[in-house]
Amino acid sequence: MAGTRGCYTKALIHRLVLENLKHRPVRTLLSATAIGVQVTMILTLVGVSQGVLGDIAARSRGTGADILVRPPGSSVLAFSGDMPQGIVGLVRKEPHVVMATGTKVQSIGNFDSITGINLEEFNAISGGLRYLEGGPFQGPDDLLIDDVYAGAHQLHAGGKLDLGLTWRIAGVVESGKLSHIFARLDSLQDKYSARDKVSVVYVKLDDPKNLAAVIDSLKVKLEDYKVFSVDEFISLISVDSIPILKRFTNVVIGLAVIVGFLVVFLSMYTAVLERTREIGILKALGASPGYIMAILLRETFVLAVAGAIAGVLMSFGTQWIMRVFVPTMPMLIVHAWWPWAALIALTGSLIGAIYPGLKAARQDAIEALVYD
Amino acid sequence: MTDEPPADVPMIEIRNLHKTYRVGEIDVHALRGANLSVARGEFLAVVGPSGSGKSTLFHILGGLTPPTSGTVHIGGQDLLGMTDAQRTDLRKSTVGFVFQKYNLLPTLSAADNIAIARDIAKKPRETDPAFDQILELLGLKGRLHHKPRALSGGEQQRVAIARAIVNHPAILLADEPTGNLDTENSTAVLGLLRDLNTRLGQTILMITHNPEAATYGNRIAKMRDGRVVE
Repeated sequence: MAGTRGCYTKALIHRLVLENLKHRPVRTLLSATAIGVQVTMILTLVGVSQGVLGDIAARSRGTGADILVRPPGSSVLAFSGDMPQGIVGLVRKEPHVVMATGTKVQSIGNFDSITGINLEEFNAISGGLRYLEGGPFQGPDDLLIDDVYAGAHQLHAGGKLDLGLTWRIAGVVESGKLSHIFARLDSLQDKYSARDKVSVVYVKLDDPKNLAAVIDSLKVKLEDYKVFSVDEFISLISVDSIPILKRFTNVVIGLAVIVGFLVVFLSMYTAVLERTREIGILKALGASPGYIMAILLRETFVLAVAGAIAGVLMSFGTQWIMRVFVPTMPMLIVHAWWPWAALIALTGSLIGAIYPGLKAARQDAIEALVYD
Repeated sequence: MTDEPPADVPMIEIRNLHKTYRVGEIDVHALRGANLSVARGEFLAVVGPSGSGKSTLFHILGGLTPPTSGTVHIGGQDLLGMTDAQRTDLRKSTVGFVFQKYNLLPTLSAADNIAIARDIAKKPRETDPAFDQILELLGLKGRLHHKPRALSGGEQQRVAIARAIVNHPAILLADEPTGNLDTENSTAVLGLLRDLNTRLGQTILMITHNPEAATYGNRIAKMRDGRVVE
């Protein structure tokens, strides 16, 4: 029985808290796991958001273009708006432009899209697609897919692919350039009734030093059109610039807080009911409501910390699942969000512990002592 | 002892004590003008049939419930009109409880069950040499690191006694302390209570149904219908 009072007090309370949690291992495990799930939920959402946006940014950079032009009123990630293909010719006439090519983005659901390209022009801007299987388009029904998409769907050159329309896979290319799925621009325009329409014009300059001048000039000539340098466009690809994604993230965080609240509320409520007699004993010994509340809050804190650690570990599991089953939606492990997700879990948990804690603190000692 | 009154003042002084409970729409008069005086260092056994008001008296003296009217002084402190916080302080420092069902915390060792009473009273874990002697007297030295489930009923009750007196309370309240024990352990526990009384001068108020247990006290008070009758 040695040591200073402060150290001892903490040690005894901590031991009581840990012993209480060990006393009901299944409930403790389930509670921590449930808290962990909400942490994983947050980390997965953030990780997928940043992973997908990062992937889009990387593929945009992979085009090799210096400037991109998009239709009036289009938003950062809405590639599927259309503009006349004649814009491409106008852009090509601009001084210092060595190459411009129009692409058509056609959404096919499930966050996937086919990008129509003029293969020769696209190769000239991007430095060329590298074929891992098969080769370039042979006919109007041919597709090129990248290795990520091929791996996700176990596809190979020469196979068929049903994307609402049936396509033949002409080749599998290395990922990282513009899109996961490519079709011939004219073919895609025909199949989706968008003749002479393009979604984005990619522009290559003779010298990056002329970037500002060309952008200024294009903005004058193409009034209302969106003209970005690729670097500027990439800088806009963030959760903050996509209001719906930001709102969705906030909704998930709100749900996580509610889940944490409910889990801890139920766990602590049953714990208080089970420990009615023990609470009575503590009260008989002179424990104040604050002392009893502090024990329950400490238990909640331990559960939340254990849950947060479990949640972080489980997020590596979801990353693996995403990589194996949905490789076109890469998930990053965003370390900066670990403390935030833990704080959110802790907040929900502590809120959930308040009512059971108050119930325990207010329990009548005599009734508690005769409780069986 | 804490909060010791002058030697000539009774440790417990009860005058015209009433306690009325509300059960549903019925008023239950558990105590109806009880009077009792317990001298410092006395070992008083309170006996009486079920419903005589023994347990209510125990709960009021322990600060677990407030009296309805009358006067109750323990160690010089007036219990009437005490707030919940003041009664909590009373339990912390002035009274110690021993219950029929031992009431040890099942997740803590015997040593920690005793230590938590020190902790709640905001006292250092280190106990004085006199308390170490008490642990010897209680025969607990080798059993302190066991949890309650590993202790016999007699051992658990001895731990509960140690916990009750570790803060040197003015009075030790025991509610049927041998109610769950066999004869051998009952005798041992009652002997220990008497030893604590005679060797340390511990004031003890013990409630019991058992006339044989009551004989261990210096004096026996009988209760009936909410009053102390003799």
